[in-house]
Amino acid sequence: MPKLMGTVLLLLMVLPLSFGACSPNGIQSKKHTVTVAGSTSVMPFTEKLAEHFMVDHPDFVVEVQGGGSTAGIQACLNNTVNIGMSSRQLKGEEKILNQIILCYDGISFVVNPKNPISALSLKDVRDIFSGKIKNWSELGWIDRRIDAVTREEGSGTRGSFEELVMKGEEIDDGIMVQDSNGSVKEVVATDPYAIGYVSLGLVDAKVKAVTIDGIGPSIDTIKLGEYKIVRPFLYVTHGELDDSGKEFVYFALSEAGQNVLKKEGLIGAYD
Amino acid sequence: MRVNPRFIDKFVKIGLNCQAFFTVGILVAIVAIIFFKGSPYLNMEFIFSSPEDMGRHGGIFSTIIGTIFLVLLSIFVATPLGVGTAIFLTEYTKESWFTKTIRFGVESLAGIPSILYGLFGFIFFVIKLGMGWSLMAGVLTITIMILPTIIRTSEEAIKSVPRNLRIVSYSLSATKWETVTKVVLPSAGPGILTGIMLSVGRAVGETAAVIFTMGSSLRLPTSLMDSGRTMAVHFYILAREGISMEKAYATALVLVLSILCINIIAYYIMNRVTSKYS
Amino acid sequence: MIKKAFSKEHFVKLVLISFALSSLLFLFLIFVFILAEGLPLFHKIGLKNIIFGFKWAPTKGSFGIFPMIVSSFLVTIGALIIGAPLGLSCAIYLSEYSGKRLKLFLKPALELLAGIPSVVYGFLGVIYIVPLVRIYFGGPGFSLLATSVILGVMILPTVISISFDALMSVPKTYREGSFAMGATKWQTIYKVIIPSARSGILASFILGMGRAIGETMAVIMVAGNALRIPTSILDPLRTLTSNIALELAYATGDHRLGLFSTGVVLLVIIMTLNYIANFAIKRRVLK
Repeated sequence: MPKLMGTVLLLLMVLPLSFGACSPNGIQSKKHTVTVAGSTSVMPFTEKLAEHFMVDHPDFVVEVQGGGSTAGIQACLNNTVNIGMSSRQLKGEEKILNQIILCYDGISFVVNPKNPISALSLKDVRDIFSGKIKNWSELGWIDRRIDAVTREEGSGTRGSFEELVMKGEEIDDGIMVQDSNGSVKEVVATDPYAIGYVSLGLVDAKVKAVTIDGIGPSIDTIKLGEYKIVRPFLYVTHGELDDSGKEFVYFALSEAGQNVLKKEGLIGAYD
Repeated sequence: MRVNPRFIDKFVKIGLNCQAFFTVGILVAIVAIIFFKGSPYLNMEFIFSSPEDMGRHGGIFSTIIGTIFLVLLSIFVATPLGVGTAIFLTEYTKESWFTKTIRFGVESLAGIPSILYGLFGFIFFVIKLGMGWSLMAGVLTITIMILPTIIRTSEEAIKSVPRNLRIVSYSLSATKWETVTKVVLPSAGPGILTGIMLSVGRAVGETAAVIFTMGSSLRLPTSLMDSGRTMAVHFYILAREGISMEKAYATALVLVLSILCINIIAYYIMNRVTSKYS
Repeated sequence: MIKKAFSKEHFVKLVLISFALSSLLFLFLIFVFILAEGLPLFHKIGLKNIIFGFKWAPTKGSFGIFPMIVSSFLVTIGALIIGAPLGLSCAIYLSEYSGKRLKLFLKPALELLAGIPSVVYGFLGVIYIVPLVRIYFGGPGFSLLATSVILGVMILPTVISISFDALMSVPKTYREGSFAMGATKWQTIYKVIIPSARSGILASFILGMGRAIGETMAVIMVAGNALRIPTSILDPLRTLTSNIALELAYATGDHRLGLFSTGVVLLVIIMTLNYIANFAIKRRVLK
């Protein structure tokens, strides 16, 4: 019995060592790794690109993290990752980074499908998020408080939203905050009285996109310049990318890559 | 007005009964919901294929491997350190400022919220030491997180070994180290292993400390510098973003079953020896 | 021969010392780092401005965490309101009214529940509790109420387990003596058992508080994360822990230091709770 205990303890300490030993040998030298992090808006599309890319380049690995645009930009500045993803323009000191325009995306304002309102003005939206309009009755629906959802401060989507819509007015601090596009969409999809903003590419049957000043968000209206709440998806790099990173970016900007993005509801970089 | 104490007694008994039932009900409901909503989607394919399309399709294989790597490597580092420290504290030194400092550290770190480990691990390992989001950063962070538990339970286990055993061993002219390895450790073994299993369970379910250090890449980690997801992180992302309710429940089920297995093993170890040595 | 044994022992002792030193290093690394990064901002901005400041807008220079301190305390108290009476009742039921078999089944069951990851609780909370609150009580559902319920359930295993231990450690003779004097069961519990297990029960509440205030993932999922002090239990709120988790990935410079300062505040609160709980337990042992 004591021997068994001793052996078990020993095994527990040695077994993991074998995992550690067999991982870095050989595999690493053949593998090219590209690390990408940042905007939760860009992330699912980068993942899609990565999936297609890795099929044609089996010795490449593309690791994608979220965290938000500012997080990705910071990670890039710190050289924590090869490529940062951003869904807003670079500001101030961030501009030392190289930017590559991946594609364009609209920000659409979504409400629950049960919500009868389908049209809002830009001013309405601004007033909702600044806290001036608090109740749906002020917009023509029932007497019920508006459950507005915004993104966290470091979000590129929020940054673009503040730049294009709020124009200097502050977002009310009593408004709920979620930290990714997906979670904002979830809140709106489950709460009949919610309103939020998400990446256009993410809109599906679970939520309803409202028209802003008469124009609904779609690939066509954006291309025609009618729907104006549009922001670029950027890949940013600190200095020159290594060869593996370049391969991936070439793919993303190539016709094959751009088609992948367009199929998902984004507007190509060259359109 | 004086109420008959016997009446109050009956009333209280029923009241407590109801509350106990209610509590058990909640807890059973939680496990049942996960079980019934998750098991339809739990199959071999789910376990052995990796996530595709952000987790909408495919399984959780890469996350299972990520979890195993993270937890086993953390245990590998923390166990010798923790058990060694416990042995040192109990067998090799007298009470001094050194031992008191270590105990202070262990006590203080108990109950520190996991987000603070995430905060520390992210800034120190991922950024300042330049490891990036990686298995290594995750392992180091989780090691620090479970070290106090392992030290504490190991110390308790070792302390509870009767002094006589040691005295007899010495009187048979065994050296200190021989005594420790052949007498004390085997006897304290179950207690120590229980502490280890407890830490394993905690590490498996940990999210906040892991997502900021190991990251959330969907790829299978094959080296220490790779990022990856653990099941808990994957579940969190699936759930929060509403990517797939079915996969979320299935992942939760795998998580709960893993914790159940870990607890069963811990119990088995604990009971086997209490019966033998009591 | 003796020389050989000597140096081997010496070697072993050296190895163990190095292990102990490494452990110390690891343990204090996190401690020292959080303090080193967190304290400077208190000097720079002022303790009062941070702890009692009302506005958290670190990119614009305000580091007021008061709303979040209040929110953290509110969810903790809410969790206690829900978890403590329920947990204590269960502990009493289990120690005084149930048989051996139930007790044997209990411990593993509680441990399993304590082991369920917090994100799972958060998930179930979002799916079941948040809509319930929204439909039957109003508000967005992401609220103080929902968070308190979830946290209350999460601390149940802690409260039940430790209170149960405390109640069971009351000597049998106390109970027997009380019955011998003609007291009913409830009178015995109420006047004899609970008072003598009082410090252990209190410790369980305090440890439950510690768990509730430190919880992050489940809270982010159900609390709504609004930056304002909630004016009703149906309002969304943000706790100290959620704030760190939400902003950690992108905070830089003073903003990042601000998060560490939040960490220091959390450390102080939790260490205080731990010491109080340990003190209470030690009192019981000495008794």
